[in-house]
Amino acid sequence: MTIVGLTGDEAVAYAVKQSRVDIVAAYPITPQTIIVERFSKYVADGEVQTGYVCVESEHSALSACIGASLTGARVFTATSSQGLALMHEMLYVASGLRCPIVMGVANRALSAPINIHGDHSDMMGSRDSGWVQIYAENAQEAYDWTLQAFKLAEDKDVQLPVSVNLDGFIITHCMEGVDTLEDEAVSQFLQTRKPLFTVDPEKPITVGALCFTDYYYEFKRQQVEAMQNARGVLDKVCKEYKGVAGRHYGVLETFGMEDAEAAVICLGSTAGTAREVARKLRAQGRKVGVVKLWLYRPFPNEDVGAALGHVKAVAVFDKAISFGARYGALCSDVVSALHTLKECPKIFNVVFGLGGRDVQPADIELIFNEALEAAKTGLVKEETVFLGVRE
Amino acid sequence: MVTLKELSTEELFASGHRLCAGCGEGIINRMTMKALRGPTVIVAATGCSEVATTIYPFTSWRLPWAHVAFENAAAVASGIVEAYNAMARRGAWNKKVDVIAMAGDGGTYDIGIQALSGALERGHDFLYICYDNEAYMNTGIQRSGATPHGADTTTSPAGSVIPGKPEWKKDLIGICAAHGIDYAATASPAYWNDYITKVRKGIEVDGPAVIDVLSPCPLGWRHDSARSIEMVKLAVETRYFPVYEFERGKYKLNFNISRPKPVEEFLKLQGRFSHLFKPTYRKDVIDEIQQNVDANWNRILKLCTQN
Amino acid sequence: MGAVVVEAGSSLKYKTGDWRAFRPIVDKGKCVNCLLCWIYCPDSSIIRKEKWVEVNYDYCKGCGICAHECPTKAIEMVEEQK
Repeated sequence: MTIVGLTGDEAVAYAVKQSRVDIVAAYPITPQTIIVERFSKYVADGEVQTGYVCVESEHSALSACIGASLTGARVFTATSSQGLALMHEMLYVASGLRCPIVMGVANRALSAPINIHGDHSDMMGSRDSGWVQIYAENAQEAYDWTLQAFKLAEDKDVQLPVSVNLDGFIITHCMEGVDTLEDEAVSQFLQTRKPLFTVDPEKPITVGALCFTDYYYEFKRQQVEAMQNARGVLDKVCKEYKGVAGRHYGVLETFGMEDAEAAVICLGSTAGTAREVARKLRAQGRKVGVVKLWLYRPFPNEDVGAALGHVKAVAVFDKAISFGARYGALCSDVVSALHTLKECPKIFNVVFGLGGRDVQPADIELIFNEALEAAKTGLVKEETVFLGVRE
Repeated sequence: MVTLKELSTEELFASGHRLCAGCGEGIINRMTMKALRGPTVIVAATGCSEVATTIYPFTSWRLPWAHVAFENAAAVASGIVEAYNAMARRGAWNKKVDVIAMAGDGGTYDIGIQALSGALERGHDFLYICYDNEAYMNTGIQRSGATPHGADTTTSPAGSVIPGKPEWKKDLIGICAAHGIDYAATASPAYWNDYITKVRKGIEVDGPAVIDVLSPCPLGWRHDSARSIEMVKLAVETRYFPVYEFERGKYKLNFNISRPKPVEEFLKLQGRFSHLFKPTYRKDVIDEIQQNVDANWNRILKLCTQN
Repeated sequence: MGAVVVEAGSSLKYKTGDWRAFRPIVDKGKCVNCLLCWIYCPDSSIIRKEKWVEVNYDYCKGCGICAHECPTKAIEMVEEQK
């Protein structure tokens, strides 16, 4: 175990290097650029044997990755925002063709207006694409999750692509001391990929056939199974990773939830700030807690139910807007998870951080207070709080 | 050059596909399979061939074949080529496999041009075959960048004011040559020997190679299915579709049509040009087409003599 | 899964011969075994024999290219009888 000063992007690149990836086909876009730049330096210095394809667009990036993945190779790409949107069509193809591609997504706001800063609108816009989606809180998690993602994706019961999401600039460009594994340990953890089917002249198969009304549905149903399997396989992978790295991941992490009356649930780096605020409030005797969700798809309904079921009020943080819907993406999923409980907590949505709008501890304290209020009165004052906007 | 008897009787492209009777793509797929030199992987773009030859659970292909999307055959092929290289570097792959991307003019001239350009610029070792039936045939005969001037398509219809497609056909070979690749060529399946030789040549080139092969479409061009080969012979004999190669910077004309038939002979046999003949004989448009055919021929001749 | 067809050439199970309105009949006396019909058939429905060709009626769609291209007019397209 060596502590290396790495930004989130650099941590991902380093994890990809250690994962002995065969092909990286990627196109640069802020704030993912450091991942591809750092990786191309590894290639230029002969530190990896990876074939690095400097494709001419993100759409071609994922296309090339799919082609490569079909040969049985281990494949990685990374993108952000507009790039993710451009490859949107191919996201569905990658999962439909069951390619265990790992993609780092430096979450950034979607145009228009054009904005290069971090929010979750990009991945949320593609949340139905059949990719397993994981959110990291910091560079350490980005590193650890990238390694675990390959194992999860390539599991024979999953065979789905996985996106590891990290907040643009907040995680991607901030340096931390990242506890990295030795190369040998990674190689042990991540053996060579064992594909279930490949494009190989000795066993000629046809991939990507046309499926009319009589077959399409069945293939999609298979994907549903695979996505459901991912939940259990994640536990397996995290357990194994704990043995290797000493850090235990899972679908979510809680703070102060044992006796919380009001809680905040969120994805990504905001959890860190929320935790600090909760720590301060708890020291004052206020019963608050934080649920940080790592696994977003498949949405861990039971785990979220278990984590939040006993509190009286939940504030769900969404770093993206689902235009025209009552609640944002995460909030809708939380409501889905909780609404069948005998006693469902009061839930309200907090939309924040759009376009990288900073969220301060004071803002989060406000939300905790609102949540505690709702817990006490049983009434939600504002269904959706637009935190940090100038009305 | 080979004789027909020398060609293998093995059909790596099997019967039972659902391409139209008389479809040029069927002929081209078969001919392409005869030119292979060893283990080969086909990457197909969405289009007539892809759709009609792989309707689940049936496939006509007896070699590895992958379809990913419409506009990215070249990008997918790039990924496959480099993946084999990468796996070979770590000792996990020791087979020499040729990769051939096959796409229609839709997936090449228009929506696919970006992926093709990128792949050519990066220099991957693969062959790209565009089966060019001069429109988006699979989705209902809509115009493409390869549709000729004056042709009636569903998105460039012959109306009372505009007589078919106003624009002219893109110069794909010129685009490919501009990327500095070692080999690009046109071909017509009527000249099977020339086409098969070119496919083999394209496979053997170290780096990217592109072939634009004219594909007759009885439904889209509106001619009798029995005349498919005749159509693409006439296309060459009228100089409408010059058959030439660009090899390492030098142009070469493969069939020097010294006494060309008037392009009208080609046009009048096809329903997509019938509006140029009835109800009014549109001499203006036909002359325009003839002039363009002549100018294009001279342009290519000049390129060939400039070597 | 993944819309993968594992059986190469499985389209052979789908007999397209019933698409035909006209069937090609080869006059073996006139056939010189030039094999042009064979190379031009989109459906691999011309079978190469020792001295002449035969038609695979299981798949032949009756497009008529073979008859049209035959240099000795050895193939005639005859209307299918129901």
